[in-house]
Amino acid sequence: MLKIEHISTYYGNIQALKDISISVSEGEIITLIGANGAGKSTTLMSLCGIVPVRSGKITFDGQDITTMTPDKIVSLGISQVPEGRRIFPLLSVKENLDMGAFLRNDKEGIKRDIEYIYTLFPRLAERRNQQGGTLSGGEQQMLAISRALMAKPRLLLLDEPSLGLAPLIVQQIFEIIKKVNEENKTTVFLVEQNANMALKIAHRGYVLETGKITMTDNADKLLSNEDVKKAYLGI
Amino acid sequence: MINLKKIRKAILTAVWFMFLTFPLMVMKVNTIENTVQWRWINLAYIGISAFIFSLFWEDLLKRRDNIASKDKKKSINNKISRKLENKKIRNISLFVLILIVVLFPFIMSMYQTSIITTALMYVVLGLGLNIVVGFGGLLHLGYAAFYAVGAYTYGLLYYHFGLSFWLCLPLGALFSALFGIILGFPILRLRGDYLAIVTLAFGEITKLVLENWNDFSFGPSGIANIPRPMFFGIKLKLAEVTNFTYFIAIGLTILTIIVIKRLESSKIGRAWEAMREDEIACQSMGIDITKAKLTAFSMGAVWAGIMGVLFAAKTTFINPASFTTWESIVILCVVVIGGMGSIPGVIVGALIFILTPEYLRAFSEYRMLIFGLALVIMMIFRPGGIIPKIRKTHQFKVKEVKE
Repeated sequence: MLKIEHISTYYGNIQALKDISISVSEGEIITLIGANGAGKSTTLMSLCGIVPVRSGKITFDGQDITTMTPDKIVSLGISQVPEGRRIFPLLSVKENLDMGAFLRNDKEGIKRDIEYIYTLFPRLAERRNQQGGTLSGGEQQMLAISRALMAKPRLLLLDEPSLGLAPLIVQQIFEIIKKVNEENKTTVFLVEQNANMALKIAHRGYVLETGKITMTDNADKLLSNEDVKKAYLGI
Repeated sequence: MINLKKIRKAILTAVWFMFLTFPLMVMKVNTIENTVQWRWINLAYIGISAFIFSLFWEDLLKRRDNIASKDKKKSINNKISRKLENKKIRNISLFVLILIVVLFPFIMSMYQTSIITTALMYVVLGLGLNIVVGFGGLLHLGYAAFYAVGAYTYGLLYYHFGLSFWLCLPLGALFSALFGIILGFPILRLRGDYLAIVTLAFGEITKLVLENWNDFSFGPSGIANIPRPMFFGIKLKLAEVTNFTYFIAIGLTILTIIVIKRLESSKIGRAWEAMREDEIACQSMGIDITKAKLTAFSMGAVWAGIMGVLFAAKTTFINPASFTTWESIVILCVVVIGGMGSIPGVIVGALIFILTPEYLRAFSEYRMLIFGLALVIMMIFRPGGIIPKIRKTHQFKVKEVKE
């Protein structure tokens, strides 16, 4: 459903992405792993239209989205959980969720989805009236994911959901991601540094190194690959 | 409580204050007789009040911190806002308010009515700027430019085409909104300090253009003899027209409050608030930042334009000197002091900010001193503004407990 073909992205004169091609099919969990500064986040930002792509082409369901503005891309059904969570700190949890449904007009559907989110994350239900900024890191991440889900995305982009979280909470969040993928058939594109966790839930993986894709395979094969083990799994 | 250390500190503060205010409060130079008058009694007043004040200063600060750390519902900050949400109290105070508002011009003098009209104009200006600064989080230092656009719309359209006040009111709003969009485009990419600088420059440019483009705006000499508003085509006497202008200002204020209240809870309002908090998150929610910013600027400008028309009609004379940067800053102060994003806060802020210097005229040269002192104290004890914005989390809770 999503095809990234030979894109290159620059920050000024510095080339961040070199000829990257990724394809995601419906219902998959795809993960993009790599070290710091490999260009993982840049890939996502290029995809969302926040950072302009200099060459190459991105298509979603056959529609060219390379030069679309971020809000148009969201309206096509691509929803992003930005790096560092970026929830609205002064809005309450419920208002944050409401913001996620900004482009939707079906009041009943929104209500139902908020209830669904509350069953998915009971913690958020407890704290629905609390200001987003007062939540703990893990809760904020849950909120960020929920907010993205409120847009009813067909493709969910996650940027480092494990960032700065305790291992136990990371586990929880990854389980939820898997659940969302299975229950709603939401396609997930997961960018992670925590390669081990990411590859465990993903179907396929891409390895990114200094702006280039160096490897791609099924997730379990990557998990057992010697090079990946050495470089990213610390085994 | 009070110990020796505190007393010593208070004495030192008092001496320091006496020293600081000595030239201003004690010496009075009589330039006609070439004598200096020494007013030692003032020094004593300053000393005593500074001593008492500093003695209790720390207690006051402590009390403030205690209140802040206590349960939020009990704090004074929320008390006022919550009280206003109570239906019964709200209805009674609304009734009293309406009574005062309606009877005011018939009881009070023309001077009083005129001052209140000015204050009401600042209420609307404050509410308009509140859209940009309070909701959108865009620091705007050139708001007076939109005010000028409104005023000159009426001035020039009357001068050239003889258009009436009532026709110019919507036209002023329209032109201002257009100006808001024109300003909006170049600053779409700017944030924070840079945004403030560019808006400041925009205000200054508008004023300079009006001052120097003689053929268009008649330069510093301005436009005189602009007619006051007419009552269904009838020309009123001065006293009547003052009252009439007052009621127009009241009407426009109510209109502004209603419209802005509706805007706040609309989709656009939510987009503005999201934009204030985080632009990137905002984009990933599918909000068009460009549109949100431009609507914030133009919707804010509309009210300045309307008030500009009213201002021109009220004073019957306009020139660029009325639309200086100082004017922009006064309006910004109204918003910040009243409470950013809070509608009742901005209203109270405007009334206090505009009326206090007016009523302090009795203290002649000290009035700005007193005013400044009041501002500093207010900023220490109520940093969120006089009536800070509260979020409506409270209401959901009540509903959900019942379920």
